[in-house]
Amino acid sequence: MESSITFNARVQARPAQRADDHDVSSPVSIHDMTVAYHRKPVLWDIDYAAPEGQLIGIIGPNGAGKSTLIKACLDLVPKASGSVLFYGQPYRKARKMLGYVPQRESIDWDFPASALDVVTMGRYGRIPWCVPPRKKDKQIAMHALEQVGMAEYARRQISKLSGGQQQRVFLARALAQDAKIYLMDEPFAGVDAATETAIVQLLRDLKSAGKTVLVVHHDLQTVPEYFDQVLLLNMRIVAYGPTKTVFTQENLHKTYGGRLTLLVEAAEAVARGGKPT
Amino acid sequence: MILAAANERARTITDTGFEWPTWPAFWRTVSLADYNTRVVIIGTTLLGIAAGVVGTFAYLRKRAMVGDALSHATLPGIAAAFLITGAKSLPPLLIGAAISGVLGILCVLGLRRIPRIKEDAAIGIVLSVFFGAGIVLITFVQKMETGNQAGLDRFIYGKAAGMIFSDAALIGAVALAVLAGVLLMFKEFRAICFDAEYAAAQGWPVMLVDVIMMSLVVLTTVVGLQAVGLILVVALLIIPATAARFWTDDLRTMTLLAGFFGALSGWIGSSFSALLPRMPTGAVIVLCTGLIFFISMMFAPLRGVIASIVRRESLSLKIRYQNLLRAIAEVEEQAAPGISVPYAHLLAERSWKPRQIRGLIRRGFRRGDLHAGDAGGLALTSEGRERANRVLRNHRLWELYLIRYADIAPSHVDRDADMIEHVLSPEIVRELEKALAEAPPIPPSPHAGEVFA
Repeated sequence: MESSITFNARVQARPAQRADDHDVSSPVSIHDMTVAYHRKPVLWDIDYAAPEGQLIGIIGPNGAGKSTLIKACLDLVPKASGSVLFYGQPYRKARKMLGYVPQRESIDWDFPASALDVVTMGRYGRIPWCVPPRKKDKQIAMHALEQVGMAEYARRQISKLSGGQQQRVFLARALAQDAKIYLMDEPFAGVDAATETAIVQLLRDLKSAGKTVLVVHHDLQTVPEYFDQVLLLNMRIVAYGPTKTVFTQENLHKTYGGRLTLLVEAAEAVARGGKPT
Repeated sequence: MILAAANERARTITDTGFEWPTWPAFWRTVSLADYNTRVVIIGTTLLGIAAGVVGTFAYLRKRAMVGDALSHATLPGIAAAFLITGAKSLPPLLIGAAISGVLGILCVLGLRRIPRIKEDAAIGIVLSVFFGAGIVLITFVQKMETGNQAGLDRFIYGKAAGMIFSDAALIGAVALAVLAGVLLMFKEFRAICFDAEYAAAQGWPVMLVDVIMMSLVVLTTVVGLQAVGLILVVALLIIPATAARFWTDDLRTMTLLAGFFGALSGWIGSSFSALLPRMPTGAVIVLCTGLIFFISMMFAPLRGVIASIVRRESLSLKIRYQNLLRAIAEVEEQAAPGISVPYAHLLAERSWKPRQIRGLIRRGFRRGDLHAGDAGGLALTSEGRERANRVLRNHRLWELYLIRYADIAPSHVDRDADMIEHVLSPEIVRELEKALAEAPPIPPSPHAGEVFA
């Protein structure tokens, strides 16, 4: 019973018109994208065009496919169908416009590198094969560290940094990419108050510099304060738009409340190859 | 045993086995005077450099055990190459080794894609099945007339002493390729070892970089087979890199150091087995890496075991000492500044052993924080008081913070604060002051009354 209610809600909440073409003026335009892990779909029919120069929060429960959405945009996980364009260009041509902040837990921090080494790696995408980073790259990296208030820790081994400091190093690395569009995967997860303030300030600076920032976020309380726009996600898009109008109790209930039994079951059935349980 | 000739004069006619080398024999080995010894030592040293340098990246990419699967997977290729070509010369055998080694790696990668097969299981399966196949093939080869003298089993345990100039030259060429590869691709290797996904998002073809890196590993492993054997060659990839990690936090230094450790092991190991002809070179080389690893693990100042014990001990000494000062300051707080605190009171205050507390008191006198007070007691000097009050203040601030924000009962905070107050940085103290919005010189004890109880 509940599942059918949610399913109806899903149909109504879907964007009215389905864009047949990409919006070439949008920094991130996702068209009819479905993503599956081991044949099990985790994102269904995503259609979304991000508005330019906004701070956009990607909100949804665990397992909603928030990280997968970002990774699929960056070609890090294969898409079962659909496509993503950045200002009308495919990822291959657009990658210099993109800055990425992965989850902090995604790497082993006990790596022989200083904070500056890591941030300098943000420049690697702009340096050709077999050429070491130049002095200019180091300066840009140092500047990025200053922007996140970590200049004094530049020489520190990364495993000796606190969680919040490590997160800021990751942000600085993305800043060093000098991108137009930033995709951030839970930058606020498990950080201290000082880091949270620093990140929020940074997001605002990025916005006033005309950048578009998509942030996977899980603290609902801070959403209205931090983000101009939200994208509510739970295996499919529940709703999107300005935070003021879209971030409502009703939409949140659609996103979080009631498990999407039907979708989950369908996904598992696909994974089994259509065989009954 | 070509090398044995070098030691012939050092041996007696009734050879009973183990024997210490004579001084001239020792000198000839160390000075590389003998041609054959020279070839072997230079060959194994170059192998050590190559393996240490490329091993650093295999280790950081968490692929070190793939190297083990690779080396074991070379065996069927060696035997098959012999069966096909009938050649005794090295190059076809090594090409066979490389082909089946790469096949082994591909099998590991393929098995990993199957759900429910984890990497360690995949490596275990490939390693043992390929090795088993190799043993079967070799047994078959040895039953053949021509195969008997082929001596293919030297690839299993290694036989560095049999190394001739062309073998050493081949190793040299591989070492050169490894050094050139790592020098050119340092940035790319670093990027995928640290965060492959991010490197991919930047547009680096991670797969291609991985293939280049693993090719260097394959080359090194294959030329190393003859010298150290397929069972032990993985040690040269892993151990120097792991040992180097203890000494440095910088990738460049780590790479150089791993190459140096590899070289040192190769050189010392083959010198040893040149002097003691019955010693298997491969095993001795690996034992050398083991020794270097042990020394690094224990004594490296940066991450070594002893260094971290010393750091921990000096911190706990600092904590005990600060607690002593704080205990006196708390008495002063209740009585009057400059009061002489009897030794017995301090002994009762905490679970200190008399020997410990005497040591702490001596430290206080040495540093000028304490002086002898009236009636055989102890009193703070003005510097000591300043230090003690700072500790006391941190302690109280932290206690208040715990009570107010962490909801911990006042009777419990003393112990919790005990652990923290000594490591509070000035930055955190300022934060605490801000959080508590009041910073009297020293806040009163939240569990007052207990102090003197």
